[in-house]
Amino acid sequence: MTALDLSPAPGAVPLPRMVLAQTGYEVRAMLRNGEQLLLTLIIPVVLLTLFSATSLLDLGPGERVDFLTPGVLALAVMSTAFTGQAIGTGFERRYGVLKRLGATPLPRAGLIAAKTLTVLAVEAIQAVVILAVALLLGWSPHGDPLSVLALLLLGTAAFSGFGLLMAGTLRAEATLAAANLVYVLLLAVGGVIFPLDRFPSGVAAVLEFLPIAALAEGLRSVLADGAAFPGGPLLILLGWAVAGLALAARFFRWE
Amino acid sequence: MAPPDDLAVALDDLAKRYGGTPAVDGLSLRARRGEVTALLGPNGAGKTTTIEICEGFRRADAGTVRVLGRDPVADARALKPRVGVMPQSGGVPGTARGGEFLRLVASFHRAPLDSAALLERLGLAEHARTPFRRLSGGQQQRLSLAVAVVGRPELVFLDEPTTGLDPQARHATWDLVRELRDAGVSVVLTTHHMDEAERLADHVVIIDRGRVVADGTPAELTGAERQLRFRARAALDLEELLGALPPGSAAKESPAGHYLVEGDLRPELLATVTAWCAAHGVLTEDLRIERRTLEDVFLELTGRELRG
Repeated sequence: MTALDLSPAPGAVPLPRMVLAQTGYEVRAMLRNGEQLLLTLIIPVVLLTLFSATSLLDLGPGERVDFLTPGVLALAVMSTAFTGQAIGTGFERRYGVLKRLGATPLPRAGLIAAKTLTVLAVEAIQAVVILAVALLLGWSPHGDPLSVLALLLLGTAAFSGFGLLMAGTLRAEATLAAANLVYVLLLAVGGVIFPLDRFPSGVAAVLEFLPIAALAEGLRSVLADGAAFPGGPLLILLGWAVAGLALAARFFRWE
Repeated sequence: MAPPDDLAVALDDLAKRYGGTPAVDGLSLRARRGEVTALLGPNGAGKTTTIEICEGFRRADAGTVRVLGRDPVADARALKPRVGVMPQSGGVPGTARGGEFLRLVASFHRAPLDSAALLERLGLAEHARTPFRRLSGGQQQRLSLAVAVVGRPELVFLDEPTTGLDPQARHATWDLVRELRDAGVSVVLTTHHMDEAERLADHVVIIDRGRVVADGTPAELTGAERQLRFRARAALDLEELLGALPPGSAAKESPAGHYLVEGDLRPELLATVTAWCAAHGVLTEDLRIERRTLEDVFLELTGRELRG
């Protein structure tokens, strides 16, 4: 029998160390999860490669890869910040993991910080893979990197807010179904791979206000057209981010 | 009453309702530091609600709660590192490897136990890389216990720690609980197994319908009274047996063929019973004199079976 010193020696490590430990744990769990990888890496890369290398879709003038890369980047953000986070957190809530972690020294704000860092870390991996594939396919990016970063961060905040709102209010099975449905719908009508201007103009004018469309169009205006500051898309994303995070903060239930 | 410093948990007039139904209804109890306190009661008695209020997961509707002298909700930040929690089930991600989750929780603490040694101690070493959902129910329970104690807490709350365990795993859990107590850790656990409470606890609090119906050491609760039990063929004439016994004795048959004699249990009484049996050609089996069990105490206090 192994001797264990069970005598009390309580004490927590500083908060940043707890947050980093939780982040490392969550990133490893995400990268090991086959369904998550399908959603976050394989589908975006397949869409990018397939539609860049073939003329299955009429994407308008210009290189197809220049049109597709910003859309696929937006899709990648949505898949991680919204779909993956909603499903993962929904099941953690259902199985009492959030409650269990609530009994450890890691505070709730620390857990949210770790989840945010996890999303950003996975997005960084996605961006590296997608940009590398795009460059191989002959992509030539333009524009201001800071605008790109601002769009990605605000898009992440908007999608995270609604992902957590869904995870914290619906049953886990309902979250699973709804998050996948929203993913497919927004993929189809959000200007990711099908240009918005193929929709009737009245419909397109409404679709432009979707977070995925604002992110895809904003990234496209900078990366493909070299626009300086995509004010409209940033404003739309800011609106979604504020609404989503406020609703999540108000309605999220931990158990 | 002990001064507050000696108390791991102090609850006064605690009340909690779900909808209109009271789960906890004016419950007061004390759990001393360095002791194992068992909350014993049938399912639905309010044990889990009580323990979850102590853990800070729920707020009481009324009453005061002190855990290590602090308020579990208002002082949560200060209390979490000092208190270990084993919930009734789950709480570990289904896809997580057990050892990995244990190391994660250990990494939140300043001087945690060695995760590998703890897993080995609980017989889980070869399952360290198994996803939680593929562990058996008993293995999941033991991992959950490991997570509760890995941070070297001063106080642990264990909600039904041995439910679903095979006898061997149950004894391993009991051994660890005793070792925790011997190392100076306060333990508060819930159980509906009276033998668990009897064997493990320094202090037993019997809870029924959200209230404390009795508390004390197992010996205090079961008292000094002894009783005589034996088995024999069904439907002996107990009226006649009682006539042979000293006044104030009682005898009953329940279930058929199982007999219980209560009264002033001196050697003469035992001799009278066996002589009466011999005179009637009755061979007794399993004849024994024992103290009352907590089961008897519970039945007496509430009129119901503990396992009912």
